[in-house]
Amino acid sequence: MNATLEFAKLGNATSLPWADVPEWRADEFVAATATELDRGGRLCAWFGVPEGDGTRLVAVLAYDTDNTLAVGRSAPVKGRYPALTPRCAQAHLFEREVWEQHGLVPEGHPWLKPVRRDHGAGPAVGEFFRVEGREIHEVAVGPVHAGIIEPGHFRFQCNGEEVLHLEIALGYQHRGIEEALAGGPHRATLSQMETVAGDTSIAHATAYVTVLEALAGTEVPLRAQWLRALALELERLANHTGDLGALANDVAFLPTSAACGKIRGDFLNLTALICGNRFGRDLVRPGGCRHDLESVRAVQLLKKLRGAVAEVDEAAAWLWDANSVRARFEATGAVSAEQAVEMGLVGPAARASGLVRDVRFDHPAGWHRFAQIPVAVWPDGDVLARARVRWLEIQRSGKFLEEHLAAPPEGEIRAGAGQPAADTLAVALVEGWRGEVCHVALTGGAGRFRRYKIVDPSFHNWTGLALALRGQAISDFPLCNKSFNLSYCGFDL
Amino acid sequence: MFETLRQSLKTGVVTTSYPLTPPEVSLRARGKPEIDWVNWRDARPAAAVCPTGAIECGDESAPNAARTTTLDLGKCVFCGLCAEADMAIRMTNQCELASVTREGLRLTAPANSSAAIANRQSPIADRQSAIRNPQSAINQSLLTSAATGRTGSVEAVGRQLQDRIQSVLGRSLHIREVDAGSCNGCEVEIHGLNSPVYDIERFGIHFVASPRHADMLLVTGPVTRNMELALRKTYDATPNPRLVVAVGACGCSGGIFGRNYATCGAVNTVIPVDVYIPGCPPIPHALLHGILLAIGRLKQVTVIKS
Repeated sequence: MNATLEFAKLGNATSLPWADVPEWRADEFVAATATELDRGGRLCAWFGVPEGDGTRLVAVLAYDTDNTLAVGRSAPVKGRYPALTPRCAQAHLFEREVWEQHGLVPEGHPWLKPVRRDHGAGPAVGEFFRVEGREIHEVAVGPVHAGIIEPGHFRFQCNGEEVLHLEIALGYQHRGIEEALAGGPHRATLSQMETVAGDTSIAHATAYVTVLEALAGTEVPLRAQWLRALALELERLANHTGDLGALANDVAFLPTSAACGKIRGDFLNLTALICGNRFGRDLVRPGGCRHDLESVRAVQLLKKLRGAVAEVDEAAAWLWDANSVRARFEATGAVSAEQAVEMGLVGPAARASGLVRDVRFDHPAGWHRFAQIPVAVWPDGDVLARARVRWLEIQRSGKFLEEHLAAPPEGEIRAGAGQPAADTLAVALVEGWRGEVCHVALTGGAGRFRRYKIVDPSFHNWTGLALALRGQAISDFPLCNKSFNLSYCGFDL
Repeated sequence: MFETLRQSLKTGVVTTSYPLTPPEVSLRARGKPEIDWVNWRDARPAAAVCPTGAIECGDESAPNAARTTTLDLGKCVFCGLCAEADMAIRMTNQCELASVTREGLRLTAPANSSAAIANRQSPIADRQSAIRNPQSAINQSLLTSAATGRTGSVEAVGRQLQDRIQSVLGRSLHIREVDAGSCNGCEVEIHGLNSPVYDIERFGIHFVASPRHADMLLVTGPVTRNMELALRKTYDATPNPRLVVAVGACGCSGGIFGRNYATCGAVNTVIPVDVYIPGCPPIPHALLHGILLAIGRLKQVTVIKS
């Protein structure tokens, strides 16, 4: 291996010329990536870039404690390369994806099968991991579920009530988003970014415009960065509140469920107060924000926010005080810290297993460079821990909003967006309410997208749910699933 | 437990009285774009910024091209970019936009604009009267949208059938929600219907776990190719008589994603649709309006009120 070659370092929300990204031979690149991951790096993205009749592999790594990102690439490769997964399990879905998108076979991958595409047969048609034995039975659920949720397929291997293994087959929500971005940005691109996962509109839109701004060298006005940060926390409040309510509903604790259903709507209305849409659609624009928050409305917002946070306070207190709730939440669906590190979990799911991992803290960009939120961590890794982390984050987001609504920076809300630079790679991470939203753009000669990679936090975390179910009663699946509340469409793209 | 009860009593009833009263939508909310057709000279600037191609220009060489332009609420994501680009378009907060036909969502200039100006109020005047007297305008719009596409003798049989379905399903309705490819935005709002604020069960309407228990499929899209078969099977598993409601811009038209290698587009490309609810996503009031429209309950409300 070329010992002098090192991954190129960059910060969050920055770009570097494609030519400056160091290049290895494919097998050496896999080895170099494994070495970096072994010494504490984390895999944010791993994807292919077609070139000639081959494909380059690209890795984006994060060193959370050093607040640094790193990027490297391989020379164009055809046919096959030695898989990274046997050494670093967190790469397993990424390598399946590269195989599906570019036909590159990762040799030695233990479970190579499609991620989203059906090849004509339907996404869940094909081989599933099976446990053999006379007492073993298999349970298949989905794609159409019993609740008002997105489609996906779950295949359980059970011994009586006990789940020995869960395999999750997704792809039903695949809408071809990455493919639609080639040659972009197009007129519909921003709308598509806001609907990568419709409940995460602000985080995905912010990641997208941050990439564009990094490519164009745009300096975004502080006031716009401030407003984006507020909207991101409002999104977190609405979704976390909804999740606490849904968790309460799953254990038939209806007071909290009913109250949270109402309060979630109140938080959505606060976002609508800023921009006219309950999901923050069309608030975030390249170069800034489309709507401003004048002081009169900021005061209105603050007043309503205080009321809503106080209401969640009460509703959550009922939940923690109920023995019947604790009995169902405690020690259910536990994921250990070791497992969370190995699988590269992100967001509340990782923090509930004791990992201090939060983009707002580790890789601050935009307003978070000046205003940080303490990372909410809980050690146990079970359903209770995931609920507790959400609860802590509700409180901290509420405080953050109170503090920053009172002290808005003056100035413009939007700057000229500028043209994206040619042959440049840009990376943006945003801590959405489910965790790290990662967008990577590579432009071609004309400054248009040559390759655009989106990694929703759910892409990292679905495996966490599968691990949480091991040894659990199958009847606890809905509760475990709700405690992660992952995105199907964000995964399927 | 006493604490819970105390708080509940303190909170009181939070449920909206919609549809007996107008929807509580803030003035900032973006609903139906209203067009001043008379003064809309050139539709191209607005069409150029529309992310979903909801504005289709007519013959550009015609002297007043905007007159032949269509604004398709089924494709509209209510972003308001057209209103920024063109003074002749204004965003209202009107959210009750469901229609029993796809055609009913396409807004065009009145057939004879000059006669229209002389004989009836302009859209702007309509809007002003709507602001003065919201309920009458809403009832008007309910009646017109309910009646859209139901004229002509050929459709008399269809109307009778529709009336029968409504009399069978109208009093209590079981809904199976099917996400056939949405971004989860529509699902968040559909969830809202079960919250105490909208409390859809007060109408005798329940969400059920299986299509075999359902009278209505509430389908969000765009229908992905990977969900096409599952949607067909769900439809087949739903007993007759059944209603299908397409939800959101993606469900009505394919919306933001349209048709591509991975999506089939609108719900009606896969199964027949009875009611279309535009929006991106439609707010809970808009969903309630569409569901009640589908089972003929809005007319009852109007009659009771009058």
